[in-house]
Amino acid sequence: MRTEDFEFLAGMLKERSGLMLTPDKVYLLESRLTPLARKRGLDTLDALVQKLRMSREESLIRDVTEAMTTNESFFFRDNTPFDLFKNHVLPAMEKNRGSTKRLRIWCAAASTGQEPYSLAILLRENWMKWQGWNIEIVGTDICTQVLEKAKAGTYSQFEVQRGLPIQMLIKYFKQEGDMWRISDDIRRMVTFKPFNLLSNFIGMGTYDVIYCRNVLIYFDQQTKKDVLERMRKCMASDATLFLGAAETVLGITDAFRPVRGQRGMYVPSDGTAEQAMGLG
Amino acid sequence: MKLCLVVDDSKVIRKVARRILEELNFDIEEAVDGQDALDACDRNMPDVVLLDWNMPVMDGLEFLKAIRSREGVEQPIVVFCTTENDMAHIRTAIEAGANEYIMKPFDREIIEAKFSQVGLI
Repeated sequence: MRTEDFEFLAGMLKERSGLMLTPDKVYLLESRLTPLARKRGLDTLDALVQKLRMSREESLIRDVTEAMTTNESFFFRDNTPFDLFKNHVLPAMEKNRGSTKRLRIWCAAASTGQEPYSLAILLRENWMKWQGWNIEIVGTDICTQVLEKAKAGTYSQFEVQRGLPIQMLIKYFKQEGDMWRISDDIRRMVTFKPFNLLSNFIGMGTYDVIYCRNVLIYFDQQTKKDVLERMRKCMASDATLFLGAAETVLGITDAFRPVRGQRGMYVPSDGTAEQAMGLG
Repeated sequence: MKLCLVVDDSKVIRKVARRILEELNFDIEEAVDGQDALDACDRNMPDVVLLDWNMPVMDGLEFLKAIRSREGVEQPIVVFCTTENDMAHIRTAIEAGANEYIMKPFDREIIEAKFSQVGLI
């Protein structure tokens, strides 16, 4: 691939999704965009780049962005963020939100839905406790294609075996041919909508828990800082933020501080969330 | 190191499973059917059994029932690993005392995920 073509695509992706593409990722462009070029009746990746340069066709730009954003996801991915949710976040929220009985959770890179559905399952496991509560789980992603799959709640045999305990498969899924479909009770607990983390957060309201895992790694420092600080503004002071295991707020923003000893878990710097969670 | 007994009448499957599990730091023994597996358990009780369902002589479910009636429910951990992939089979296996269930085909990630769910990794 020619240097100027790489720079053109990298620039476009940065502007559209915040994705930082370094030259060592040329192979990713080739492996992910060549099938897209073929689908569009173009012979090569070069032809696709030419078409983008000439037409700036919106639907093509969107397809390219979607093909390049990583969408790998598992149920209960990495376990710890879900154990912390179950054992510390939920008990604290049960106490702190006992008067309003309102709980708002946002999965900011929801991909194909496994993360918000995993949280819904954990709530469901103790459902008696949450009777009379208004619990909102919102899953957003920049990629509309993955959100369609998330909404359908249908997963392959491979997908339901990565992270999902068999007891939960029995309890919360139905078999449909070769696929497994999550039960309507769980599906109705989650709302999916497209959202670009680079846009403004007006109208997001206030969240009690935000999962934003494995997406900041694709952004440059300034974008990370901007996104995190906008997130802080739509979080309660006793709210919790979960980032991916390879991500941190340290050296990026002082809006949050890490919860000591709990990898990937952060709270607003001006709050006191740890005590309520028994992690102080 | 923990000991895993791989029970499958297919030599190829045993070999694939052995390679994955050795990478995950398990000692491996192999058995070719349920009876062979019971004999292996009598000689040396494994921490975990990776268990095929359909096998000659004694199938996986019969093995599971036999070992559970003998040893109680704690030992060994049993993870089914079979092409039977319908809910009825899954329920039957879990009710008979299986701890986890893998639907073939499997890969390293699935084995790793399931073994970590039952606390082996």
